[in-house]
Amino acid sequence: MKAVEMLGITKSFGSKFASSDIDFHVEKGEIHSLLGENGAGKTTLMNILFGMIKPDSGKILLNEKEVKIDSPLEAIDNGISMVHQHFMLVDNLTVAENIVLGAEPHKGILFDREGAFREIQEIADRYHFVIDPREMVGNLSVGIKQRVEILKALYHRSDILILDEPTAVLTPQEVNDLFKVLNELKADGKTIIIITHKLKETMAIADSVTILRRGELIGRYSIKEVDEQKLADLMVGRLVNFSVEKKPMKDDMPVKLSLKNISLKKNGKQALNDLSLEVHAGEILGVAGVEGNGQSELIEVLTGVAQHYDGTYMIGDADVTNKNAKTILKYMANIAEDRRARGYVKSFTNWENMILGYHTLSDYMTKAGFLKTREIRKITEDEIEANDIRTEGPLQLTDSLSGGNVQKLIVARMLRHQKGLVLAAQPTRGVDIGAIEYIHGELIKLRDAGAAVILISAELDEIVKLSDRIAVLYEGRVAALRKAEEFTESELGSYMLGHDPEKEEA
Amino acid sequence: MDFVMNLLAGAIRVTIPIGFAALAGMISERAGVINMGLEGMMLIGAFFSVVGSYITGSPWIGLIFAMVSGAMIGLLMSVFAIGFKCEHMLTGVAANLLASGLTVVLLQMIWNTRGKSEAVNGLGVVSVPVINKIPIIKDLIGTISPLFYILVALMLIVWFVLYHTPIGLRIRVVGDNPFMAGSMGVKVYRIQYACMALSGALAGLGGAYLSIGDINMFSKGMVAGRGYIALSMVILGGWHPVGVVVSGLVYGVAQSLQFRIQSVKIPAQLVQMLPYLVTILVLFFVRSKNKAPAMEGVHYYQKGE
Repeated sequence: MKAVEMLGITKSFGSKFASSDIDFHVEKGEIHSLLGENGAGKTTLMNILFGMIKPDSGKILLNEKEVKIDSPLEAIDNGISMVHQHFMLVDNLTVAENIVLGAEPHKGILFDREGAFREIQEIADRYHFVIDPREMVGNLSVGIKQRVEILKALYHRSDILILDEPTAVLTPQEVNDLFKVLNELKADGKTIIIITHKLKETMAIADSVTILRRGELIGRYSIKEVDEQKLADLMVGRLVNFSVEKKPMKDDMPVKLSLKNISLKKNGKQALNDLSLEVHAGEILGVAGVEGNGQSELIEVLTGVAQHYDGTYMIGDADVTNKNAKTILKYMANIAEDRRARGYVKSFTNWENMILGYHTLSDYMTKAGFLKTREIRKITEDEIEANDIRTEGPLQLTDSLSGGNVQKLIVARMLRHQKGLVLAAQPTRGVDIGAIEYIHGELIKLRDAGAAVILISAELDEIVKLSDRIAVLYEGRVAALRKAEEFTESELGSYMLGHDPEKEEA
Repeated sequence: MDFVMNLLAGAIRVTIPIGFAALAGMISERAGVINMGLEGMMLIGAFFSVVGSYITGSPWIGLIFAMVSGAMIGLLMSVFAIGFKCEHMLTGVAANLLASGLTVVLLQMIWNTRGKSEAVNGLGVVSVPVINKIPIIKDLIGTISPLFYILVALMLIVWFVLYHTPIGLRIRVVGDNPFMAGSMGVKVYRIQYACMALSGALAGLGGAYLSIGDINMFSKGMVAGRGYIALSMVILGGWHPVGVVVSGLVYGVAQSLQFRIQSVKIPAQLVQMLPYLVTILVLFFVRSKNKAPAMEGVHYYQKGE
């Protein structure tokens, strides 16, 4: 029986089709992966099912009966729940309060808090969730918060559960736990839809998969019919080259950058705690870790945004401890962690963003202090050409480009100005597979040419694939630092969660 | 000892209007609306309570006038801040300007003066039987404006509603994450409008204390910044109903002290600065910002807007 069926769904935003004439269905009691790149229309399609977006045309059937879903509330009434990528939770309420909101148990006018605790505990026990309904949500880890969202769906008696990129913020261990939970739910007869762009996970958990590309349906397959490579090719629409080839790392290369005993307090919290790192020429140093373990602060120290830390920061022979961003930019080019906040100026056009931070170089500025606009535009045009950036030209607003193309522009700027030392922070966050291939390739090229690259990323796959050495950050410290091939993935995961696998075995 | 008792007794009386206003500011912020208009709401409340008492001869009717007029300002602000998505701060500033202009115009129309209204019947003081026998306590609140007891009662009611009823849970969620609240079927706008009306009514009562609870007349601009002080007390009190009212005492003590040391040989201007200085210092050193409703001042959009 088909638990969900969507027929002929079309939705356009302006002249752009977010989904055009899509047929989609999910069998009752299966785990279905809705696969596609950013902008493929996965989330739009699911938002239509969840009543958040009204389609231009098409109809929805639940359990083979046609329904109208005009709001999330109606979706919930129809037994559909959605776990959003950004959790819909309130930090300073308890787990139970978050879950029962909108359908609170009560005794007369009184909120029955004990009743809520009891009921949530019962549901949690039934599915073997380890969770305390009385705990404040703000104290929970991301993985457990996600569990609260799932409990919310169960409390509202949903049979169909949509999860939007559920593993994006989880460590490998947490992903395993999530998969266990999903399998429990499946065994209980629930229908689960996962929105994702991750092939490995689709292969690991899904029974079937629907692939979307640029708002169009590519196909629906049983998981037995496909493998990772085939999924990737279908998703991107051409053959994808997954493997990266790099020359072996040379020994005895000079140290390009070193941090010694860096400590930094932020908002009264010890964000970096006696952290030391070295990066050599010709290597990519990957920095892994669950987000919020000091990555952002490390980036701020490295780029010179933070200037009140203890310890020593050397680039080559130059002491740049507590020097400002302008000084450090002379030595190190970077890809900003949050490109919208620090990578480009939204109201600037491509040529302006192309030279952002470097406008005082003699290539761009006359001795009298005027910008050489004509030259800069020409340079920008060349860079757009060379890096295959999809844009109308130097005069287009950067903000109107797609995420992948903005990132390519930023990478082009970094490549143009780098002097053998590069910081790449979350370089492929929110960009499509084509751009990921390109960015990874460029980072490898830099390394092979003898540059030192620091790669800070939340994507463990990316770290493992590119890095020569990997440092794991945990609570502002380097919990482990080894050659990449000396880590197994589960070891990395353990270090990310603050465990020490070696000690635990002993 | 007498000095301390006098100081505290004075402080409690000074705190009453601030307490109402702080409670008012707290409830609107809990629902996500920053209420810069407390000052104006208090002024309107102070004025219309006098009008009510003047027309009917009953200061109690005056109190109802104060609440209704304050609530009207709250609803008017809501139309702009919530309905039209205006900046909350600016909406409040506009309300304050409206209140200060309107009261002067009406003063002219009703009493044909620019500065002060006629004296009207005030609320006077009450002496509650048991309390006026307890030592120490009786010296502090044995004989006091009935608004003191109304404030304490309202503080407890608001606390109870906020933390022990489903509607209270919903109000708290609306301030922290209206989008989540909306997604679970909570009527976000309805809660925000209601909290703003309630906020106006409470601030109106605070204003009424200044006029019919104290000097029994209205005088132009008589709120004198208390609305803004109350906003700071909301922060100091950590957005908790009891906390914000008790925080009002900080200002109260400073103000009361100021009255009592004016005879000392310090320039009067410096002494008069004291309450404001204390407020600023307290805000500087107390960091309870993390207790703030996470999405206060953020405009909520319903589906389809």
